[in-house]
Amino acid sequence: MGEFDLLSSLPAIAPEIGLTILIFVAVLLDSFLHESQRKGIAYVAALGMAALAIVPIIPGWAPEPGPTGDYLFWGGMIRHDALAQIFRIMVLASGALTCLMAVDAKRVGNKGEFYTIVLVATLGASLLSASADLIMVFVALETLSIALYCLAAFKRNDSKSTESGMKYFLFGAFSSAIMLYGFSLLYGFTGQTNLYALAQFMGTEAFANNAVPVLAAMVMVIVGFGFKISAVPFHFWTPDVYEGAPTPVTAFLSVASKAASFAVMMRFFIAVFPNDLVIGDYVIQNFWVQFMAAAAVISMTLGNVIALSQKNIKRLLAYSSIAQAGYVLMGVAALQATTPLGAERAVASVGFYLFMYTFSNLLAFAVIILFSEATGSETIADLAGLNRRSPWLALTLTIALLSLAGVPPAAGFFGKFYLFTAAVEADLVWLAMIGVLNAIVGLYYYLVVIKVMYVDRSEDEDKPIPTSQTYRWVLGVATLAVIILGTVGAQVIFEWAVQGAGTLFALLPGVF
Amino acid sequence: MMFNLALFVILCPLAGLCLNLAGSRWLRAPMAGIIASIAAAASFFFAASQLIALQTQPQGTIVVLGDWLPLLGVQWALQVDALSVTMMLLVTGVGTLIHVYACGYMRGDAGYTRFFVYLNLFLVAMLLLVMADNYVLLFAGWEGVGLCSYLLIGFWFDKANGVGTRNSDAARKAFVVNRIGDVGLLLALLLLYVNLGSLNFDAVFAQAAATLSAGAPLAVVIALLLFVAVTGKSAQIPLFVWLPDAMAGPTPVSALIHAATMVTAGVYLMARSQVFFDLAPLAQNVAVLVGAGTAVLAATIAVGQYDIKRVLAYSTISQLGFMVAAAGLGAYAAALFHLITHAFFKALLFLAAGSVIHGVEHGQSATGLYSAQDMRALGGLRRRMPVTFATFLIGALALAGLPPLAGFFSKDEILAAALAENTLVCALLALTVLLTAFYVGRQTLAVFLGEARSEGAAHAHESPAVMTLPLVGLALLTAFGGFMGIAAWLGGVFGEHTPEANVWLMGGATLLALAGIGLAWRMPLVKGRMPCALQNGWWIDTLYGWLIVRPFQWLGGQLARFDRGGLGWLEQRLAAGVRGASWLMSKTQTGQLNWNGVGIVAALALVLAAAVLGGGA
Repeated sequence: MGEFDLLSSLPAIAPEIGLTILIFVAVLLDSFLHESQRKGIAYVAALGMAALAIVPIIPGWAPEPGPTGDYLFWGGMIRHDALAQIFRIMVLASGALTCLMAVDAKRVGNKGEFYTIVLVATLGASLLSASADLIMVFVALETLSIALYCLAAFKRNDSKSTESGMKYFLFGAFSSAIMLYGFSLLYGFTGQTNLYALAQFMGTEAFANNAVPVLAAMVMVIVGFGFKISAVPFHFWTPDVYEGAPTPVTAFLSVASKAASFAVMMRFFIAVFPNDLVIGDYVIQNFWVQFMAAAAVISMTLGNVIALSQKNIKRLLAYSSIAQAGYVLMGVAALQATTPLGAERAVASVGFYLFMYTFSNLLAFAVIILFSEATGSETIADLAGLNRRSPWLALTLTIALLSLAGVPPAAGFFGKFYLFTAAVEADLVWLAMIGVLNAIVGLYYYLVVIKVMYVDRSEDEDKPIPTSQTYRWVLGVATLAVIILGTVGAQVIFEWAVQGAGTLFALLPGVF
Repeated sequence: MMFNLALFVILCPLAGLCLNLAGSRWLRAPMAGIIASIAAAASFFFAASQLIALQTQPQGTIVVLGDWLPLLGVQWALQVDALSVTMMLLVTGVGTLIHVYACGYMRGDAGYTRFFVYLNLFLVAMLLLVMADNYVLLFAGWEGVGLCSYLLIGFWFDKANGVGTRNSDAARKAFVVNRIGDVGLLLALLLLYVNLGSLNFDAVFAQAAATLSAGAPLAVVIALLLFVAVTGKSAQIPLFVWLPDAMAGPTPVSALIHAATMVTAGVYLMARSQVFFDLAPLAQNVAVLVGAGTAVLAATIAVGQYDIKRVLAYSTISQLGFMVAAAGLGAYAAALFHLITHAFFKALLFLAAGSVIHGVEHGQSATGLYSAQDMRALGGLRRRMPVTFATFLIGALALAGLPPLAGFFSKDEILAAALAENTLVCALLALTVLLTAFYVGRQTLAVFLGEARSEGAAHAHESPAVMTLPLVGLALLTAFGGFMGIAAWLGGVFGEHTPEANVWLMGGATLLALAGIGLAWRMPLVKGRMPCALQNGWWIDTLYGWLIVRPFQWLGGQLARFDRGGLGWLEQRLAAGVRGASWLMSKTQTGQLNWNGVGIVAALALVLAAAVLGGGA
């Protein structure tokens, strides 16, 4: 960490600085604008976040190692590396798209504080993606979570929305508490809070006979992450919250908070429990890899199987997102790969999957927002005849669902392809096979929705769904992203993620 | 470099096909036909440029267009050598004439544009087949012509043909029977790649010549598998049954695909792969016997047909037998020579027959008992259709093998080669010569001489010039094809010297042909009883029906029942099981916080226990 140098440290938190300014702007605009004009805040927030998302892509602005040669800044709180940048892009993009998607939503779109809170949540997620210290992880996580609790309960007069906010809050508090206890144990053992310092400490002789307490602390931390990514058995909140929260909020929390949590989870495990960490005779990595693999299997299976019998499209996507978390956990389990390249590709496969998942899931939710705003319904059966009502909307939702199911040329195909490849390369063939079987089960319920839209008839076929100009842009951009990521862009983004993964492992003493 | 123009040989028909496809909504007759014909003619022009290029560089070249399957070492590459240029000229030359003819023949048909799209597509595939520099590309062309054949046989898929089956059945039959041959080719390719490590002609042939000795099992197996493909595409025993039914297609198709070009692809394959046949005497013997046997068998069946096109179809099978036998004897130049002359005179005969059908269909208002293709209902057409008659006569005499027409020379070369190798084969082929002259003589007599035997024939009129001019062109080729130096050129290609003219053999063959014609004069088609066996093609179709088709249909029925019953039951149980599991699992989702909290704590406890137990160990 060494000497503090303000100028070289500022780029490490540039997105967060930008977001903070945006928050102030949003608050000010909210006070000065008339209620009917407050929709404008959405465009300011969205454009601001989009600009911040583009910054890391500018050539020559790639993260540079700090003065001491590592990527740690601000007293070791922030790790500013390429992988963190990739996840920040996901978070910022989903924040921007969420704001635009909320513009036309009733009782949400004309409220300035909605956009303010989305900005705060994005700030938390962005910080979380880059945090490298137990304190920072917790602060960022809570910044994100508390903002999301408010958002979930945003429709104050709607009992479902308030129920959803309350449930989310209670579950969040519960799991945060457990995670914090894990953090405090780790601190108590080592006297350190920096993730990379923790690892160095635990490799020493002092821990030789104390594997079990370390494992206990680890399991408690897993609870916190498991809650955020809605892995089974920490998923119970997911269907209720997804269904009850305003749909733009559901969209945001299904992608941004999940992506950021996966980012910090991978950093946590690689940094604190690297593959050469042996306490006593016990190889720590074996334990958490096994745990991840088991969670992957249970999440995939449970999510997919329950999704089969859902009638509500938002609940269907909730279970789908549990299953998707299961797929991604396969990639985390694949970190056990014994070659540096294998592990890097595992990280990259997780990164790529979440990148494409962000756009695919947002696209699906965008269509659902439009549909439910126009018809007031969220039932799958009511999507009947959508192809005749609004063929473009039906096509867009089809592309999104095909991507989630993993069918080319949508992005999901390469997402699953890289994940399964990573699992196979890490000698987890059995896990990959379970993944493939689950993908088949998943295909069924996605296809049922498509079938309903294209084959089933309804009486409202002559009533098209009104689509505003803003929405067309959102749908167009997201569709384009899904298709590009599934065709020409797949290799490019994946290689970039592999590069980013390289920096994740760089400068870890003793790793590879 | 002139060889670079080779690509355009394929591109021209491709462009024509794309143009017709793109404009299919606006283009009306005769625009589509004109576009397609110009495309074919341009392709012929470029093929001729390749011939000129060969003068300066006789060994030819390979035009590489780009990578295709790097894993197999296969490229998009065209082989331009004497053999492929010969085939190119034949395909595009005869093809152009037939395109022009079809402009008139198909006039007024609802599927006019579709027809010419298919026809150009066929040219593309056929040219790909003969120009490929590797077996994969050849296979693509091979499958492509099969597809076009299927599409064109079933061109009038909604109509019934004269034999009482549907046209679509005939198309399906052709496709399925050809698949059997295609599997042989595919297996041969796999064996080639696995054992010789390449699929490029040059590399494979060099490797085979270097590593395989004569009679090596690998060479024999490959040659036999290739020959299976030959029997499918070139309609040899036992797979010839599709070709007679293929006459359901429009007559220009019968001329182009099922007489002049596609069916000769098998002979081309043997000529191209001669390395393997030369290394496999067994396969050569099989080819000779199958070829000669097919020649005789098909000739006998041709005798028993009343349909003007079916006679020609069986005749084609018989003549293909000649070529295959010649290739089996190692006389590739003779086989290719006959391939070319046969393309001339058989295309001529088919087109003339088409002209007859066209003229008679126009002449008749209501057919009675007979269709326009039934020779019993024709007769006396020599006065009403003089050009058609004259050209048909030239074609018929060439088929019978009378000098100085093209068929005489090429047939004579094959007979000479057979005589030198195997007397039995020569005898079989000589018998075929007699039968050929007999059936074609009877056909000519029945169609053109005598008196009209139906209303339609009595009022028939000559076809328009767009149809008769190609007839004249082909008639000229048929008349002078023997003097154009084709034999000498082919001899140079295959490094075979043209055998000395055997006057006795020539005289004998001519006498046989004359005897056949005399016999035809004595035994006219319309008088006397036709033996049932000949009329029904020795019941071979019926036999296949009992031996293969019916057991297969039975098996299909049983499998379908098993699928609906056994497997279907299993599927439903599985689906019910998954539904049940889904219902059961969704019971965990109570929405009750306390219960869910218990779930998390229980999971935590479980993992901790695992950690303690595992960590302690």
